[in-house]
Amino acid sequence: MSQRFRDAVSNGRPLLSVYMTAGFPQLDDTVRLARTLQDAGADMLEIGMPFSDPVADGPVIQSASEVALENGMTIELLFRQLESLRSSVSIPVFLMGYWNPVMQFGPKRFVNDCMVAGVDGLILPDLPLEEYCATFQSDVERAGLAYAGMIAPSTSDSRVREIDSSVNGFLYAVSVSGVTGATGGFGEAQLSYFKRLSDLDLRNPVIVGFGIHDAPTFSGATAHSAGGIVGTAFIRHLREHGLDVSRMRNFLNSIRPAG
Amino acid sequence: MAVEHNPIREGYFGEFGGAFIPEMLRENVVTLASRYREILAEVGFRQELDALLRDYVGRPTPLYHARRLSEDLGVTIFLKREDLCHTGSHKLNNAIGQVLLARRLGRTRIIAETGAGQHGVATATACALLNLPCVVYMGRRDMERQAPNVARMRLLGAEVRSVTSGSETLKDATNEALRDWIANPADTHYVIGSVVGPHPFPSMVAAFQSVIGAEIETQFAAATGGDVPDAIVACVGGGSNAIGGFVRFLDNAQVRLIGAEAAGEGIATPCTAATLTLGRPGVLHGARTMLLQTNDGQIVEAHSISAGLDYPGVGPQHAHLHASGRAEYVAVTDRQALDAVKLLCRTEGIIPALESAHAIAALSLARFEPGVRVVLVLSGRGDKDLATYERELATPEAE
Ligand SMILES: Cc1ncc(COP(=O)(O)O)c(C=O)c1O
Repeated sequence: MSQRFRDAVSNGRPLLSVYMTAGFPQLDDTVRLARTLQDAGADMLEIGMPFSDPVADGPVIQSASEVALENGMTIELLFRQLESLRSSVSIPVFLMGYWNPVMQFGPKRFVNDCMVAGVDGLILPDLPLEEYCATFQSDVERAGLAYAGMIAPSTSDSRVREIDSSVNGFLYAVSVSGVTGATGGFGEAQLSYFKRLSDLDLRNPVIVGFGIHDAPTFSGATAHSAGGIVGTAFIRHLREHGLDVSRMRNFLNSIRPAG
Repeated sequence: MAVEHNPIREGYFGEFGGAFIPEMLRENVVTLASRYREILAEVGFRQELDALLRDYVGRPTPLYHARRLSEDLGVTIFLKREDLCHTGSHKLNNAIGQVLLARRLGRTRIIAETGAGQHGVATATACALLNLPCVVYMGRRDMERQAPNVARMRLLGAEVRSVTSGSETLKDATNEALRDWIANPADTHYVIGSVVGPHPFPSMVAAFQSVIGAEIETQFAAATGGDVPDAIVACVGGGSNAIGGFVRFLDNAQVRLIGAEAAGEGIATPCTAATLTLGRPGVLHGARTMLLQTNDGQIVEAHSISAGLDYPGVGPQHAHLHASGRAEYVAVTDRQALDAVKLLCRTEGIIPALESAHAIAALSLARFEPGVRVVLVLSGRGDKDLATYERELATPEAE
């Protein structure tokens, strides 16, 4: 697993990871946006590979994916764009997407191109652990990529342990059962779920995603975890304010206060 | 560490199937996969289901020797009259079964997707009967195309939610139903309308539709002094009426199994839904199956004049039966299906659903040996398609 990712996790304060969609708002924005996010204070990036049928996503990320596809985004093109990634971006970068486009691209070729581009890891929400272990894990680990095991509130402790012992990377704890884009706060149930995960004393760091959109949700999510992921709220910001770095910094500071 | 218990990888037909679902749905899917067979085998459950199939759905549906159609086509045709089921198609066999099962599992809310509206109407009907709230997701475009079925669902007490994402048809309605299920895993059961989706849905829906084939076996034997049909023909959208007709005969290689998929404007055009003829393996809606997709793995919009066949995927068991050669699949164009509607109306006095008309058209494409006896699953009636027929087919006065 990459030193970049290890360092980011052990940096001391909760890690702020930001989700962006490749090829959005404009086709060629991918690397420029990644660099701008880094400059604005993000500790880690998730670059979404758009898919026509994103069942785990709410309307905001769905529509970003649709625009990206209309712009002409493909995995092939993404890897060409990412050739210049590591000349300006030094924080960890994960690719996030649905299994079908990866399967069509060719799983082996995909991990190879990730390695060449300097991608640190993968998040594939519709590839269940069983399929991952049976068909993809050896390729991923041979390439030295980290992998995110997804966990939901309904996941039992024994299943969490099973996932934890099967993946090398992090555990992506989905905050609520739902698709991306929830706008409410976290209640007792969520906070005790985050605490339960932390009490399990897992090998992999836990990073919380889905529904983090402001300071209370970020601090609630990270009181007992290594970090939080901001997705829908950032896409909304991007739609409204574009790639302006100081506005982006203000936005990220409003979620995780600087200091 | 090796993953020990592996219910998800059990649901394969050859290389097709599986359960490609986000972790949020795992609990539900694993519960269903581990419990449905045992519940279906319970005497009490069977009795309740069988009584409803008999007294409410109207089963057994007749197996009817269609003499004039047979004469016209030069082969002996029997029609399995699923069009005579309550609500007008085979869809109710599955909807009643799944809603009963959901109640047995303690679920208190039902959701469904629908394309043509037949599955939505069947699910709304089952929910009215069994007193459960029902939400049906339907593409905005399909709501326009199939307005009478929207009215039926609402009259039956279901809430119909318009889906405006993607192509605004069945594929997108299925996405939206899956999103609802992800958000409501504890109280909700998702009644999938065909042999598609993650394991155990393809097997479970097949189990509920297998009543079609079981009746065919008995009725055909009774009509012929103990024989087995030479071929079964059925249309394939997701493929539930076809699997229902096929399963009983899968192990008897003497029986030809023929599925009719929708070619739309033709397999050489982009306006088609001929998934098995043109697709490639991929993953959509929780299953590895054959899909119409771009080189980049984006799912493409299907086209068929029949909303019930207008889907860019197909049930994983059909993908396997196609790959193994056990079943044959022919692609039927919109035009051929419309001609078949007319043929059945004029020879037998039966107005078929557009979906079922694809199976009728396949009879002429299947190259039967002389003397064979074929059972055609007539999956539904044509009431819902009258507007299309009025538009597309010349009436006697107009001829
Ligand atoms: C009458 C009828 N036949 C067939 C179908 C296609 O479904 P399946 O292939 O699952 O039987 C539909 C779907 O709406 C239908 O309404």
